[in-house]
Amino acid sequence: MSSEFLQHGLPSKNDDQRPGPPLWLLAEITYRCPLHCAFCFNPVDFATQEQELSTEGWLKVLREARAMGSVQCGFSGGEPLLRDDLEVLVAEASSLGFYTNLLTTGVGLTEKRALALKEAGLAHIQLSFQDSTKESNDFLSNTKTFDLKQRVAGLIKQHEWPMVLNCVIHRMNIDHIDKIIDMALDLGAEYLELANAQYYSWAVVNRDQLLPSKEQLESAERITNEYRERIGDRMKIIFVVPDYYESRPKKCMNGWGNVFLTIAPDGTALPCHTARMLPGLEFPKVDEHSLEHIWYDSEGFNRYRGTGWMKEPCKSCPEAEIDLGGCRCQAFMLANDPAAADPVCDKSPHRSVVDEAIAHAQIPDNERVVEHQLVFRDPKESRRLTQIATETEEPI
Amino acid sequence: MSTELNESSVPALNSLFRLQYEEAQESWVLLYPEGMVKLNQSAAEIMQRCDGQKTIGNIVEELEKAFETSVLVSDVTGFVNVAIEQNWLKIKVSS
Ligand code: SF4
Ligand code: SF4
Repeated sequence: MSSEFLQHGLPSKNDDQRPGPPLWLLAEITYRCPLHCAFCFNPVDFATQEQELSTEGWLKVLREARAMGSVQCGFSGGEPLLRDDLEVLVAEASSLGFYTNLLTTGVGLTEKRALALKEAGLAHIQLSFQDSTKESNDFLSNTKTFDLKQRVAGLIKQHEWPMVLNCVIHRMNIDHIDKIIDMALDLGAEYLELANAQYYSWAVVNRDQLLPSKEQLESAERITNEYRERIGDRMKIIFVVPDYYESRPKKCMNGWGNVFLTIAPDGTALPCHTARMLPGLEFPKVDEHSLEHIWYDSEGFNRYRGTGWMKEPCKSCPEAEIDLGGCRCQAFMLANDPAAADPVCDKSPHRSVVDEAIAHAQIPDNERVVEHQLVFRDPKESRRLTQIATETEEPI
Repeated sequence: MSTELNESSVPALNSLFRLQYEEAQESWVLLYPEGMVKLNQSAAEIMQRCDGQKTIGNIVEELEKAFETSVLVSDVTGFVNVAIEQNWLKIKVSS
């Protein structure tokens, strides 16, 4: 059905010369957050990085990125609404010609701020649902959360933003997937992302409690497909499986330093939001270097670009260009070598680590020996875990 | 759901999408929540004219003038159909 008119999707430039521009700028403007998700994707040691870039600092990032050819700009966090200069940043990004996205929990989105963001030219809000937070272990029965989401969904509709809901799926909520879909339908969502937790950061700490069993996953996919058939075009549902259950890794970030440029709250530029965990790699700061230099010339961005850095089995693998060896952070976390094949790959000599985690996930909850309770993301836990990691020199 | 397109159909850009020219890529792109589609020249020429005012007939005429060539209605409706499937365009129902 595709016409010769069209070229779909993000162009991936894998030629050996200069990479394309960072089409996607992700501004993580703060790590502060009112919530405490057990699968939080912020670094486990976030509390040791409290410094935040100033308004001027962020404005400079936006201008430089746009001049290089960035088109999508995502404001995320933490909870980006905790910065009261968000409207200023969105206004600048929009007037520069970015398509602006706000990734929020909705906490703090008052009528007044929604209006100001609309006037600033915000193009899209992605509203996320959390659960397994301290406040609401079962968010589905928690009316406070539901009221908030309903109010925010109302504001999104009122200001004619597309309604995109995101819910992180895991062992503790995956069996309610039908209720989650029903709720999204009730709220009038146009897109629903059911994204299984991926095992980074806090989700690694809590992996045993979060990784669903194969049966849970299959049943959730079946239910999702039934809904898709039933509701047709009314709402588009995107279902992301945890990569542990795949036999090939994902092409992480669509390639290292290929499309995505993440700026952490303190102004450190990263090829992805977890890359700072990688050993022996310096990432440049935006107040010390231009984005142009950072993207094209810095060691941090060049180290794992393309395929030149690969070792076996990736090096001679016919699929090397397809997944680019998967995720460097996952390789480091599970194989203790950032240049190894992503252990999700069944050609990796470390695949057994993933298989063990999966095997453990098949044990029913009531037959398990619990190693530790669910650890909720908060500054105190962050400092405690950072301390342990420094003492044992274990990656976190 | 799919209505037959004809010369008097009026296509309009879906409000979720934004069409703009990107200097760095030397092409027109469609931006939408968390994504981008790069358009080739003919797609861009048609999309720019889908403003919720012009009929497909008007668009064909304009393209013929602009490029001093003959344009087939079926070429344009073919593209518009694909663009509707992709959700980029909607057909404006005349009131
Ligand atoms: S995952 Fe939860 S705790 Fe982490 S930043 Fe998002 S809302 Fe806050
Ligand atoms: S061996 Fe490496 S390149 Fe080949 S499929 Fe596995 S991860 Fe990808």
